[in-house]
Amino acid sequence: MKKFGVKSIVATGIGAALFFVLGRFVAIPSGVPNTNISIQYGVLAYIAAVFGPIAGLLAGIIGHFFIDFSYGWGVWWSWVITSGFVGLVIGFLTAKLKIDEGEFGISGIIRFNVAQIIGHLVGWGALAPVLDIVMYGEPANKVFIQGLVSAGVNIITTAVIGTLLCVAYSSAIPKKGSLKEEE
Amino acid sequence: MTNLFNYIDRPSPIHRLTGATKFVCLLLWSFAAMSTYDTRMLIGLVIVSMILFTVGRIHLKDVSFMIGFTLVFLVINSIAIYLFAPFHGTEIYGTKTYLWGLSGRFAPTAEQLFYHFNYILKYLATIPIVLLFVCTTNPSEFAASLNKIGIKYSIAYSVALALRYIPDIQKQYHEISQAGQARDIEMTKKASLINRLKSASGILIPLILSSMDRIEIISNAMELRGFGKEKKRTWYMGRPFTATDIAAMIGCAMLILLSAYLAHVNGGRYYNPFI
Repeated sequence: MKKFGVKSIVATGIGAALFFVLGRFVAIPSGVPNTNISIQYGVLAYIAAVFGPIAGLLAGIIGHFFIDFSYGWGVWWSWVITSGFVGLVIGFLTAKLKIDEGEFGISGIIRFNVAQIIGHLVGWGALAPVLDIVMYGEPANKVFIQGLVSAGVNIITTAVIGTLLCVAYSSAIPKKGSLKEEE
Repeated sequence: MTNLFNYIDRPSPIHRLTGATKFVCLLLWSFAAMSTYDTRMLIGLVIVSMILFTVGRIHLKDVSFMIGFTLVFLVINSIAIYLFAPFHGTEIYGTKTYLWGLSGRFAPTAEQLFYHFNYILKYLATIPIVLLFVCTTNPSEFAASLNKIGIKYSIAYSVALALRYIPDIQKQYHEISQAGQARDIEMTKKASLINRLKSASGILIPLILSSMDRIEIISNAMELRGFGKEKKRTWYMGRPFTATDIAAMIGCAMLILLSAYLAHVNGGRYYNPFI
């Protein structure tokens, strides 16, 4: 597991700021109430994959909290927690990837996407609706439909944007042993 | 965007509470309002929250935009609940009283309307408190005070960093987006949804790569200054707790107890006038 050092603290802060800016100003409505096509989850998955589960958890919670905070529509705790949870799960499942060492091939892409699909499905398809029911007493079929729509949308955006970011970042880093001594 | 977080600097008893106190109170209050469906308690909370709102010297015109936003949100949510579960109320309260002689899939029942009434009350009990928190809490002071309520200072520092860099990243996003538009990448409503998603990811790559540089620079600077070596740190914006802070937190903790007590008396979360 990646250590939660100074770099992770900074990455958490910057990740939360990115999450906030993208979620607050680049939201595209999907047609179901309170559910946006949110490209910030692509970035969250990327942060979690590069900096580990704790950075993912905290960046999700802080970023989402500030989005709700700045809209002033009430902090929707069930969804704030779920954002953090998604970051945590993706961070755990991608812990073996070495994106920051420039390694992100086909197997890396598959692992990353399996991780994000699991994270989003469990998070939005199960955790968020259950928390909505427990905390707010909302009807089950409404929150499950909301949750599944968000899960689907987030999986697609993460698959496109998260994968793209990981590929771009890993190819910007010189690989181990890429320099050879001249004969 | 000069005032992203709607903080209004105006002397009032609520402003004088530390950010941590307000955060704890917000958590306790929203938890209490969330957990109970007791109409009497919700009405009480609504009244108290309105009073606190005036104590905080926040005027309606300061928050009219946010209130409008929230009301739209509330209406959409209520309609969605009614469409998805028109008999949710009858399941909760165990009786079925049709109104106005109507029947069918979407027939109104007294129970459903009562459920909606409670649902709206829940919102009305929380909205003023959230607005109060948003308007009276200085974000930097909030980050500093998180450390005081037992959150590790490295995490509190992440929050402070996020607040510090939100404007920078926002500016950078804007710049990259404009540079893209100058090169004929359409981001506005004129482009179709798919094209907008595509151009959004075109902006993200430079944004992320430069953020990675930023992370590198900041963490090097912090490491050079020995960040994380000591168990504690001091905060420029930090303030000590006063007696009012403690009183406010105890007051809000009592709400949780009240909610638990009512759940015990009512035999559940819902106050049921139908039986």
